[in-house]
Amino acid sequence: MAVSKVFPDARTALAGHLRDGMTIMAGGFGLCGIPEALIGAIRESGVMDLTIISNNAGIDNVGLGTLLQTRQVRKMISSYVGENATFARQYLAGELEIEFNPQGTLAERIRAGGAGIPAFFTATGYGTDVAKGKETREFNGRHYVMETGLFADLAIVHAWKGDTEGNLVYRKTARNFNPMMATAAKFTVAEVETLVEPGEIDPDHIITPGIFVKRIVKLDQVEKRIEQRTVRKRAE
Amino acid sequence: MPWTRDEMAAKAAAELQDGFYVNLGIGIPTLVANHIPPGMSIQLQSENGMLGMGPFPFEGEEDADLINAGKQTVTVLPTTSFFDSAASFAMIRGGHINISILGALQVAENGDLANWMVPGKMVKGMGGAMDLVAGVPRVVVLMEHTAKGEAKILKRCTLPLTGLGVVSKIITDIAVFEVDKGQMPSLVLVDHAPDVTVEQIRAQTEADFTVAVK
Repeated sequence: MAVSKVFPDARTALAGHLRDGMTIMAGGFGLCGIPEALIGAIRESGVMDLTIISNNAGIDNVGLGTLLQTRQVRKMISSYVGENATFARQYLAGELEIEFNPQGTLAERIRAGGAGIPAFFTATGYGTDVAKGKETREFNGRHYVMETGLFADLAIVHAWKGDTEGNLVYRKTARNFNPMMATAAKFTVAEVETLVEPGEIDPDHIITPGIFVKRIVKLDQVEKRIEQRTVRKRAE
Repeated sequence: MPWTRDEMAAKAAAELQDGFYVNLGIGIPTLVANHIPPGMSIQLQSENGMLGMGPFPFEGEEDADLINAGKQTVTVLPTTSFFDSAASFAMIRGGHINISILGALQVAENGDLANWMVPGKMVKGMGGAMDLVAGVPRVVVLMEHTAKGEAKILKRCTLPLTGLGVVSKIITDIAVFEVDKGQMPSLVLVDHAPDVTVEQIRAQTEADFTVAVK
């Protein structure tokens, strides 16, 4: 019988795997599909000087925004950070470093890192500021920029359902960066809304196979937030 | 009379063809969804991981797990599929999306596009814009012709670029240009708003263009 991957809460699931100066990948797009309980446990741990790889930086009081407020983040690797006043303030004060990646380049760098691919070529960003200092090559008459794979010390992801083996299923657009990030770190911890026994998820429906997930924690309560609540009127 | 935002969106919707997979940017491009001709089958892609994007939900039916790339709540359609961000950008970077309609700060006469860094403001990031313009074969820019009286259609972009030579068509509130890189000048004026003269358009456009209004 292998050691169980199931941990009782976010704090114990991260125990022994947090240290100053480490690189952490955090899933989510905006506030959708973010591993909020695991982010909360990182905040509580007080670990400092972090490099965070995440598409966005949360908002002021939610998600990664809470780690900015406590000044635990030294550098962000992101594609868009528009919704965060704390971020803007720290960046302009020179307290926070930012590396912008085009969103598709970011996704592919993570996918490549998780698949053991050190670098790849993409047309995205050729001739722009993001290509500065990077190797370029021509293939079939078109110009491409070399981008490197990303691999973190720790990945934290949010899934809808998981089993005790670490197999994961995501819900709707909360999937986003979570599956690639689960593959692209030395140690991956998943938080799930529902935890079931092996065999209860149809193997055809598993998105992240359990091999990528070292620890899993079931959330007691999940509070999901909507950034832009847009609705339409019902026809009379 | 300049065109309204809805008239601009309708002009852009005329670029769509039955069966197209389409990515719409934030702002005026979002309005294009309201002008898809009846009977035409169009699937809207949202780069956060959704193909077949439905309209906004009815009040009370919002789902925090179901948003578009603008972080707005949306709904599913019978054709909807969900996927991760790498698969989403494989659609975009692999040339599988037929057309991208997006806003711009500046467009140059050679099709260069600048739309991710606003002068004098905090840089927020390019999101998926650089991937879209590099990967989607037809890029249509939908924007106001000028900004505070300054020309936005220029000989050379002065702002940091999003992509080189990527724009196929420009639709503004007063004019429509095709970008034909096979000729000089590359910009061809093909349509303009009623009561707007070619001279007025030239006065508000730094780039040179030929006129072939049908």
